[in-house]
Amino acid sequence: MELFNPNANIDFMRWRKVSLAISVILMVVSAALIFVRGLNYGLDFTGGTLVEVKYERAVDVADVRSALADGGFGNAIVQTYGGTNEFAIRLANEEHEAEAPAAAEGETPASEAETGIHNDATADKLAVNVLKALQAKRDDAKVLRSSFVGPQIGEELRTDGLVAVIFVIAGISIYLWIRFEWRFAVSAVASEAHDALLTMGIFALTGREFDLPALAAVLSVVGYSINDKIVVFDRVREIFRSSRKGEPIEVLNRSINSTMSRTIMTGVTTALAVGALYVFGGAALESFGLIMLIGIVIGILSSIFFANPILLALGVSKQDLMPVTKDDPELERRP
Amino acid sequence: MNDYPRWKHALVVLVTVLGLIYALPTLYPKQPAVQVIGNSGTVIDEATRERAMAELQKRNIPFESVELKTDALLVLFPIGSTDTQLNGAAALREGLGENYTTAPNLASTVPAWLRAIGADSMPLGLDLQGGVHFLMEVDQKSVRDTQEQRYVDDIRGLLRDRNIRNTNVSRGAQGIVVQTPNTADRDTIAAAINKDYTTDLLVVNGPLVGDQPTLLVTMRPERVRVIADNTIKQNVGTLRNRINALGVAEPIIVQQGDSRIVVELPGVQDTAEAKRILGATATLEYRAVDQSTNPQEAARTGQVPGDSRLYRDKNGNPLVLKKKVIVKGDELIDASSQAEQQTGEPAVSVTLNEAGARKMLDFTMANVGKPMAVVYIERTPEVRIVDGKEERTAKITETVINEATIRGVFSKNFQTTGLESMKVASELALLLKSGSLAAPVDIVEERVIGASLGADNIEKGINSVIIGLLAVVVFVGLYYKLFGLIADLALLMNLVLLVAILSIFQATLTLPGIAGIVLTLGMAIDANVLICERIREEIRNGATPLAAIRAGYEKAWATILDANVTHLIAAIGLITFGSGPIRGFAITLTIGIITSMFTSVTGTHSIISLIFGRSKVKALSV
Repeated sequence: MELFNPNANIDFMRWRKVSLAISVILMVVSAALIFVRGLNYGLDFTGGTLVEVKYERAVDVADVRSALADGGFGNAIVQTYGGTNEFAIRLANEEHEAEAPAAAEGETPASEAETGIHNDATADKLAVNVLKALQAKRDDAKVLRSSFVGPQIGEELRTDGLVAVIFVIAGISIYLWIRFEWRFAVSAVASEAHDALLTMGIFALTGREFDLPALAAVLSVVGYSINDKIVVFDRVREIFRSSRKGEPIEVLNRSINSTMSRTIMTGVTTALAVGALYVFGGAALESFGLIMLIGIVIGILSSIFFANPILLALGVSKQDLMPVTKDDPELERRP
Repeated sequence: MNDYPRWKHALVVLVTVLGLIYALPTLYPKQPAVQVIGNSGTVIDEATRERAMAELQKRNIPFESVELKTDALLVLFPIGSTDTQLNGAAALREGLGENYTTAPNLASTVPAWLRAIGADSMPLGLDLQGGVHFLMEVDQKSVRDTQEQRYVDDIRGLLRDRNIRNTNVSRGAQGIVVQTPNTADRDTIAAAINKDYTTDLLVVNGPLVGDQPTLLVTMRPERVRVIADNTIKQNVGTLRNRINALGVAEPIIVQQGDSRIVVELPGVQDTAEAKRILGATATLEYRAVDQSTNPQEAARTGQVPGDSRLYRDKNGNPLVLKKKVIVKGDELIDASSQAEQQTGEPAVSVTLNEAGARKMLDFTMANVGKPMAVVYIERTPEVRIVDGKEERTAKITETVINEATIRGVFSKNFQTTGLESMKVASELALLLKSGSLAAPVDIVEERVIGASLGADNIEKGINSVIIGLLAVVVFVGLYYKLFGLIADLALLMNLVLLVAILSIFQATLTLPGIAGIVLTLGMAIDANVLICERIREEIRNGATPLAAIRAGYEKAWATILDANVTHLIAAIGLITFGSGPIRGFAITLTIGIITSMFTSVTGTHSIISLIFGRSKVKALSV
């Protein structure tokens, strides 16, 4: 069985100008979406409110959810705890981040900038509204407690996430620089930025919640996509070294074609696995699975239509990839 | 193919056997249980066991067994009955009364012989079994304040000892300010402080205050760091003691960063109780009573001597106490509640450490017959809205819980009486015994995961692992035929190894961890795909089957290595900077990448060399 004709010789590089242009446009659009529209950060990143409610008599979770949805809390997350009549309802903060008290001011002592579990005004107001929504359906509901997760926790998470992305991209490019050559490192970094931007751009576009699993997924997309690039790059190096002429366009095309079977195959197996997460993993793993699915496609496309054209544009050549011979003065003196 | 080294075969067999043994405990499901322990002094014995069983039978709650362990009862419920477990815990709490603490728990069903060789199933994260998660912020500023105040006292003592008069030591915004009568004295004092506290304090000349030269004394940054570090370590220890008192099975209490502590209490559903014990930062201070001032008068006018302060006891009666603390809570090493021998009234018997004992001895020697008071200080975080902005402060309640005449000279051991009831005494003793927190903590994040949600999550997680694995296995088997089946075997092996290693390190299994396992399974096959594609290519180029296999493995290796190293960099990046759930995911991914390199390259090569090594092969099924 074959998914891709092994003898195919598609001239992928012919579309390099168009594909590069499209990629750059998509990156700009994604960046614009992320900065203008913003990401719909999840409770992990924004902080938020947790309302604990208790019913006198047992109640079905679905009824609580529908009561909340009717009251305008459609995105509330309902969890049971301590039996069948107590629920934890999570709500994201409505306020914009910037309005939160500046926690990062240099001199502010930690104790005064932090958020404790308390009856903060926002949490209280939300708790009252949640209760109204619930009591519209069942009058035996009452709020046990409302609590709050501090926004600066989320702010730290976002910073840490950014640092992680930068660390990963820098680490990979240094490795590629050593194992291959600087052109490969640059091309890989550009592709990683491309993949991360596009994936997050889709978040901004769809307004899907961006939470911790989503961040993990974006970084996994980067990890997956780099694998794809490495396989093609490896073949590029191999063909350059073994071929006599080493015409860059031809070498790149041959590399992409001869690794295409593997690209599709690994793409399919990974998609099968993360697809299982998306379909069967429940709410908590669903977004991880979905982003990975999208990311696999973006990663494969960027290997072919973005990373390789960049490699070509940077002027990759046979000479640069020949194994470094030990500096032997004897050899150098010879013609 | 006969040249495949024998030791590699042996290694593959050894690793497989070990992997299977250490992954085996995962197949034993955790059993819902409730742990019952007695509060201070309450004995757990056969009678308690009978009572617990009777309480459960009375309410028709099915249970499997009630085991009597040292100091605890373990009530086991049928596997998969989370609701029964919760009902059981509630029934036991109600039925056994206040002298017992009940905690839902997950008991291991792994056989003893497996546990004897260190094989045990992975602990489950809160998202898979339910529980409470707290993120606590340690108030480092208050520690610095306390420490600075101690140095103020020390410097005053130093000046007294050296007979330097007319000085004033106080705390300012910049640090400790010492006002001195003249420059000569100032230099003497500076030299004296430098001599005794050279590693702790930094002394510089300050500006003139009026016509008095001053010294500005600050704590050295390295000293502040040491204090901060000790503070959080001590807090972690204290919290651990308090949680042990709660009777939670397998709690997690770890430091995160410079000033935060993560506390995870699996199985705990009653957050109020947990928070009450965790959050109440209570400490005791023993202070001398200022007898020169009439408390009623002081309360009316608000006038107290400079070295004293006005306090109130629990009935609201005023008391004037010296500012100087004789002994603080952190100098206390043990406390237990008991009935006072003569009167039978509730009492807390206290043992001090050496430093505390010496101070207490010094004080009591000079003050027999004079009154001494015990101040109970409790701190609750508070929030107010000032000008539309949140202002977070801590409400500090200081209550004099006891005022007693010093009956004799004592140092290390003594009793505190005047407590409302035996219950109050035992609670106080518990808090004191667990050590006072070195610094107040505030809960900055709190998560409660219901037990039913946890059960739901674990089911969904396991389903996605099985379905994902099956899908990949079937697809690869169909696509690469025999080589695909060998790759499938390696993939199963990879799952076993991954689970075994996670179990050996007792890594907590979380939902993101399961996602990491699934992703690993999907991507681990990549190495086999690379190898198989290479073998196909070699065959197309006219190589003989055995040469194709050899060339396939050789040529694919460089690519596999590069791909896995870069993937490893990505995973390690996630471990280093990710927190909480992301870490669990990244750790699984990292281990999975390493095990997959072994199984899909060394493992499959071993099997293939066994199959094709001894026979003449005409064609390959790839």
